[in-house]
Amino acid sequence: MRLGRWDSTWLLWLLIVAVLLFLVVSPFIYLVATSFTGEGTGGFTFENYAKAYGRDRYVQALVNSLELGTAAALLAGAFAIPLAWGVSRTDMPGRGLVRLLVLATFITPPYTGAVAWILLAGPNAGWLNKIFVALTGADAGPFNIYSFPGLVTVIALYSFPYIFIFTTAALELVSSEMEDAANILGAGTWTTMRRVTLPLALPAILGGLIICFLEAIALFASPAMIAIPARFNVVTTQLFQFFGNPVRVEVAAAYAMPLLGVTILLVLVQRLITRRKGFVSLTGKGGERRPIALGRWRWVIFGYAMLVGAMSVFLPYLFLLQAAFSKAWGRGFSLDNLSFKNFHFILFEHATAALSVWHSFLYSGVSATLGAIVTLGVAYIVARRLMPFAEVLGFLCVAPFVIPGVVLAIGFYAAYAPPPLSLYGTAMIMILAFTTRFLPIGYVNASSAIRSLNPEMEEAVRVLGGNRLTALRRVVAPLLKRSLLGAWLLMFIPASRELSTAIFLYGPNTKVVSVMIFDMSEEGNFEYLSALALLLQVLTLPLLYIGQRAIGRDFMLRRTAT
Amino acid sequence: MSKLVLKNIGKSYGAFDAVKDFSLELQKGEFVSLLGPSGCGKTTTLRMIAGFMPPTAGTIELDGQVISSPEGVVPPENRRMSMIFQSYAIWPNMTVGQNVGFGLEVRKVSRAETERRVDKILEVVQMRGLKDRYPSELSGGQQQRVALARAIVVEPEILLLDEPLSNLDANLREEMRFEIRRLHDEFKITTVYVTHDQSEAMVTSDRIVVMNKGRMEQVDAPHVLYGKPRSRFVAGFIGRTNFVEREGATYSLRPQAIGLSTAKPAMHGVEADVVDRAYLGEYWDYQVKPLGETKPLRVSTAPTTIFELGQRVWLEIDPAAMVRVE
Repeated sequence: MRLGRWDSTWLLWLLIVAVLLFLVVSPFIYLVATSFTGEGTGGFTFENYAKAYGRDRYVQALVNSLELGTAAALLAGAFAIPLAWGVSRTDMPGRGLVRLLVLATFITPPYTGAVAWILLAGPNAGWLNKIFVALTGADAGPFNIYSFPGLVTVIALYSFPYIFIFTTAALELVSSEMEDAANILGAGTWTTMRRVTLPLALPAILGGLIICFLEAIALFASPAMIAIPARFNVVTTQLFQFFGNPVRVEVAAAYAMPLLGVTILLVLVQRLITRRKGFVSLTGKGGERRPIALGRWRWVIFGYAMLVGAMSVFLPYLFLLQAAFSKAWGRGFSLDNLSFKNFHFILFEHATAALSVWHSFLYSGVSATLGAIVTLGVAYIVARRLMPFAEVLGFLCVAPFVIPGVVLAIGFYAAYAPPPLSLYGTAMIMILAFTTRFLPIGYVNASSAIRSLNPEMEEAVRVLGGNRLTALRRVVAPLLKRSLLGAWLLMFIPASRELSTAIFLYGPNTKVVSVMIFDMSEEGNFEYLSALALLLQVLTLPLLYIGQRAIGRDFMLRRTAT
Repeated sequence: MSKLVLKNIGKSYGAFDAVKDFSLELQKGEFVSLLGPSGCGKTTTLRMIAGFMPPTAGTIELDGQVISSPEGVVPPENRRMSMIFQSYAIWPNMTVGQNVGFGLEVRKVSRAETERRVDKILEVVQMRGLKDRYPSELSGGQQQRVALARAIVVEPEILLLDEPLSNLDANLREEMRFEIRRLHDEFKITTVYVTHDQSEAMVTSDRIVVMNKGRMEQVDAPHVLYGKPRSRFVAGFIGRTNFVEREGATYSLRPQAIGLSTAKPAMHGVEADVVDRAYLGEYWDYQVKPLGETKPLRVSTAPTTIFELGQRVWLEIDPAAMVRVE
């Protein structure tokens, strides 16, 4: 018998620390350092900031982003809040269907939604315009997706699920007894909702709006597809231009700083709001809940939900399908226009399209696995207090949450593109960047899973003669299988469609499907693009099915998932 | 030589002493309980014995070898002990047989021998036939038996139990007390048992350590502890009692040591009034106020002995039953 506090598992912990330094700390430091590094000279300078904000149109892009974020968040709120209330608190018909529509919206990548809306509301050729012209006999339709309102609508339509998730989570904690208490004092359904239910959910709604705002200003795909043809810029598209030939990473880093600053600030505000202690009902358990009987109004709110569903799911997918199975999408729905050639082309003829799908799944799979291992390790260290300052490791895991994808990509580029690692254009840099980007999702899930495990389960192993690794292997891992699978899927699914980091880091041999779709949209190949986008969605369905079987119906729409 | 020796051990968190200056020696095969209210340091002491936390003062020796000191601890997996946890900590991903066989497996006992010993111990705890069940299919009492079997099958140097019965309902708890004592009599494993329930400690233990605020109050056999409590705390914690002040000293006087009758007893008689009473089925619980006193005494009598409220009665108090406490 030997006295001592050391055992070999410490090596594993040290390895995890090293990985976190590499994934999170180093890109961040490089990002900041690069913004102060002279272009070509390598010396310390403030010049990048002067260049980044020296022109009116660069500043205007920043202002555009803030306006875009605000407008998109408010519109998304208008979509999400009635739906959330209808689904979680009332007897609205078709609540399951509405949840399904929100899920379908949530797993639709923003670029797929943007493309669908180009098909729907492009000036002249867009379906909505053509229908309008056919019905009214006017010269032209009123819709133009290539505009600021157009961009706001598309972004709001595909980010409202965030607010929906936050709001339903909060509403499900408001007990019926609190509403009963208002009813018995004479308040009707609407007064109760306005004076009791909504105020209780307000912090969560505000939190959701902030997340939606941040999502909107960090988006790259939709602005690139819609704002650039509409001849205005936002921060992310401007950053992409700094990354054109020649790559001006120093100026890009400096230009990214306000985006980073706004995000950090708002995430802090969001945490403060949603953790406000005054709202006891949001921290305790809710008690019994009964749906509120809406009478005839239930059909009104159902109609509204279907309208939102039509805009985010039904119409977009209908016309994506039409384009994917047609010879030319503009020729409409007729049998002689029906064709499978687009799928044949992307799968067997196109040089890289099929390969890009494989790349997406490979890189996402590796990074979700790596992310799951790292976050599980860190969550375990933190929960069992295995190291001094373990909380710092937990903080590092959630820190990437405040770094927009494009900014993270610039950090990775600055840190690992130059020698000695020279990772630019390799699969490695894509995998690592995806891992970092979705580390917070993994950590939140791993940590809640581990906290649900009684430490006595492991102590029982040790007292019977097994060491900590035996406990991890024989007890912790088997018990966490399901939650680990969930965390893996929650990292894998967004990674498989990630564009904003990939677009800055891909090389000729590492194109992923999102980049492929983006390229096709620039070339105007909407038939091929629709086929590819639908293929990606279809390939995701089995994963959703597995996730729902393993960890529950709403696993994508839970509060911990975001 | 003593089997397990705790020498002046202490555990402090900053200025707070969870355990202070705790010394105890266990003989081989002895069953000792640590008894006290929650927060008294009993579980902390047990976890130090198990090796889950290092003491901040003192040493723990097993068979004369130091296994814990502020300088370092032998990790739990190398102490050849076993432990039963409050939550049972039965692994839900393993069958009953796998749970029970786990300790033998990590000790590299051959498969055939493991099989044999698992079957035998399951027989002992009356769980034969449930070997291939998963824990979620078992009742609380059965899970408790699995935990016992799993801990005993490895023939540990020391068996540690941390409030093992606190999650069971009252009837089962009573049954399991005797079960634990029976298993101890059969296997003679040196045992430390942590509980806040005095009857559990009294049924199972050779000796009981009463703890309060991180300190040891008294160590004695159950009947000595009850009959001769040394401190006010022990007298009050073990059973119910009256505290009587006489000539500047405090005495403990058990309610059932007081006789109650309508006639004047031959000796040690005190006149009193019945001020309150409660019928509890197994006995009457009376509050009587001796004439000229302000504080009532509690007296227990047989359920057939009935006095009315306000009735004048005689108490018979044997001075030998009055135990002086600190």
